[in-house]
Amino acid sequence: MATTYRICPRSGLQFDTAAEKLMRWNAVAGVLALLLGGIMALGVILTRWPAVHLLPADQFYLALTSHGVNMLLFWIIFFEMAVLYFASSTLLHCRLATPKIAWAGFWLMAIGAVMTNVAIFQGESSVMFTSYVPMQAKPHFYLGLILFAVGALIGCFVFLGTLVVAKAEKTYEGSIPLVTFGALTAAIIAIFTIASGAVILIPTLLWSLGYIREIDTIMYRIVWWAMGHSSQQINVSAHVAVWYAVAAIVFGAKPMSEKVSRSAFFLYILFLQLASAHHLLSDPGVGSEWKVVNTSYFMYFAVLASMIHGMTVPGAIEQAQRAKGYNKGLFEWLRKAPWGNPAFSSMFLSLVGFGFLGGISGVMMGTEQLNLLIHNTIYVPGHFHATVVIGTTLAFMGLTYFLVPVLFRREVLFPGFAKLQPYLFGLSMYAVALVMMGAGTLGVSRRHWDMAFAGAGMAYEWPGAAYLMMGLTGIAGVVAIIGGGGWILQIVFSLLFGKRLDEGETRSTPIPLTLPPQTGAHAAHVGTPGTMVLALVFLVSFILYYFVNWKYLSSLWGMA
Amino acid sequence: MSAISPPAERIWWKQPIDKLEFIWIAIAFVWSLVMFVMMVYWHIAGGQNLSNETYKTTKEMFAAKTQAVVDKYTVRTGTDAEKQFPVVKPPAGSDIYLIGRLWDWWPIYELEKGKTYKLHLSAMDYMHGFSLQPQNINIQVHPNYEHVVKITPNQSGTYSIVCNEYCGIGHHTMVGRIYVK
Amino acid sequence: MADQEERVPVMQQVLDNHFLLLFLGITIPTVIYVLWGVMEVANIAVAR
Repeated sequence: MATTYRICPRSGLQFDTAAEKLMRWNAVAGVLALLLGGIMALGVILTRWPAVHLLPADQFYLALTSHGVNMLLFWIIFFEMAVLYFASSTLLHCRLATPKIAWAGFWLMAIGAVMTNVAIFQGESSVMFTSYVPMQAKPHFYLGLILFAVGALIGCFVFLGTLVVAKAEKTYEGSIPLVTFGALTAAIIAIFTIASGAVILIPTLLWSLGYIREIDTIMYRIVWWAMGHSSQQINVSAHVAVWYAVAAIVFGAKPMSEKVSRSAFFLYILFLQLASAHHLLSDPGVGSEWKVVNTSYFMYFAVLASMIHGMTVPGAIEQAQRAKGYNKGLFEWLRKAPWGNPAFSSMFLSLVGFGFLGGISGVMMGTEQLNLLIHNTIYVPGHFHATVVIGTTLAFMGLTYFLVPVLFRREVLFPGFAKLQPYLFGLSMYAVALVMMGAGTLGVSRRHWDMAFAGAGMAYEWPGAAYLMMGLTGIAGVVAIIGGGGWILQIVFSLLFGKRLDEGETRSTPIPLTLPPQTGAHAAHVGTPGTMVLALVFLVSFILYYFVNWKYLSSLWGMA
Repeated sequence: MSAISPPAERIWWKQPIDKLEFIWIAIAFVWSLVMFVMMVYWHIAGGQNLSNETYKTTKEMFAAKTQAVVDKYTVRTGTDAEKQFPVVKPPAGSDIYLIGRLWDWWPIYELEKGKTYKLHLSAMDYMHGFSLQPQNINIQVHPNYEHVVKITPNQSGTYSIVCNEYCGIGHHTMVGRIYVK
Repeated sequence: MADQEERVPVMQQVLDNHFLLLFLGITIPTVIYVLWGVMEVANIAVAR
């Protein structure tokens, strides 16, 4: 089958038609997982809202297992496959390597996702996303995850193969685009993640079949988290790449410095995955040296990288806006940004929420000793709803507003709702993350059916503030689900009933990427004082919050 | 020329870095080092560090050790509200053993304020989560591993141990108790 | 153009070498996180 290319008349982007179809299917499969995970979220949140307490215990744990697996693995990794194919074949103007194998990967992922969900909904596999041994799920729970992982691994290799093809066929000159470099970072982390998942889930499958007698619980947690946490580091790399992409698409923003941004991604490649240790800081068996080195990403080098991205993305936007003449004062560039464009507003809310809520809380709880304060409390889901939902999901939602006309060739329906949706979903998720972290600070457990401890012999009574926080979690959570559900409906309706848009020209040879002639001198340099002020506000919040927690820790029982 | 196209310059590594960007990188780097040093510093000077003392054990052996301490130092049998668990008052400085099992923390201890104890933690079945409330100290408890944590209660009162690692359908009923006098 | 003759700096070559990056990104966490961690667990003494 000959490769054909379509030139999108709206964006000027060039799609390999085979790759385009893969992107569409992966994105749709991701949205279906998001839909299922979202329905489960409703069950979870309405049960944890103390005044509602909807589901019985067994259904609650079933819903929570399904919510975790569908959101943290299936939705995000399906979507990331679409991002990888986009960042390679589309941005490099080349054909996708081995589309047939990519399809095999897709179907493995799809079969795996369905199989694991079937196992969960049959009951008897409510072991949570983490499936800690020695609690046992049915074999097809693990088998589904393994198939999904193998499929995703194939996708990563197709991405790498496409980079090789582009280089060999010289469809670009020099280095790959920054966004593709970010996607490469995500793919590298994904390969480590998926390999770790296979290393631990295959023996676990054999154990559930009865071929292995016992699996060591600490080793399980070490290797499982090399998958469980690193999979969220794929998200970080991918959504940072999406931030750069949206800044480029909406503003034509140019990276402040290729060197700095790429070096920051390089730090991710080297150190980001060590943060899997965040989950073992309150475990026995691994020593403090291991904990300190790993939890700090060697020496907070990945935090350094995130702080760099956190400045260079808005900095690039500020430069682009100032170059357009929005030069008044510190913040005119930001005030005059297209706040009604959902691609931009999602991306910006994602950036700010990821930094302030997800980043600061993540570093706090990733500090060896401070982890004692929040390990397994609902602070942890508070944190990762700020990183994964506000950071990743919101960024992906924003990107989808751009992809519907470009990739699916449909007009987005209900543009009025689209303007509001990022705020509805994003800000309510800010609230969810904050009140969950508040409740966690008071000690409320995660993955817990009843904070009133019905039936317990020696029930503990949480302070009233904890109940208040959990009630607010329920309210904000329901608003967030409305915002997320609205997005799904909007996208699905647009894909089914939106006005069909012009396909554009289809041709059999790619147009090679050409660079504009080099200019001798750099364009007039534009500073970024506004971004610097925002960055300093961030730093001050970070320092204050960090030390407040040390103060709290120092008041506890002595431990050595 | 943007993040979605290849860099314009063939050699982008030598591009100068914006001054404010450079300052921010320097600040972020210093802050990263401060946070790193903080963890090491707390090991030297701080009063709350999780112990690294861990042994492999078996459920039978740990249960036997716990039983021995219970047999030796039980001061009374708990009331119905204490599930009639033994209330154990070991001497200051001694080794105390706490079992996490479906769905109890066993037994109940009575400790003295300001005294140090060596608390041994292990689980009999699944993993459990030792979550001391309202202190909010949280430690993962594994089966077949014995984790030895030195604790020094600094306030008197009634403390609850909530299980915060999911351990099945009765997880929410798994609450234990420590008294500090 | 003079620029064309200039050698590409080493760090830029490293960042352009995707398979070297892949190697580093797999090896470093495997050694520092997985292997070191598993070794520690394997060496835990047995309780008396």
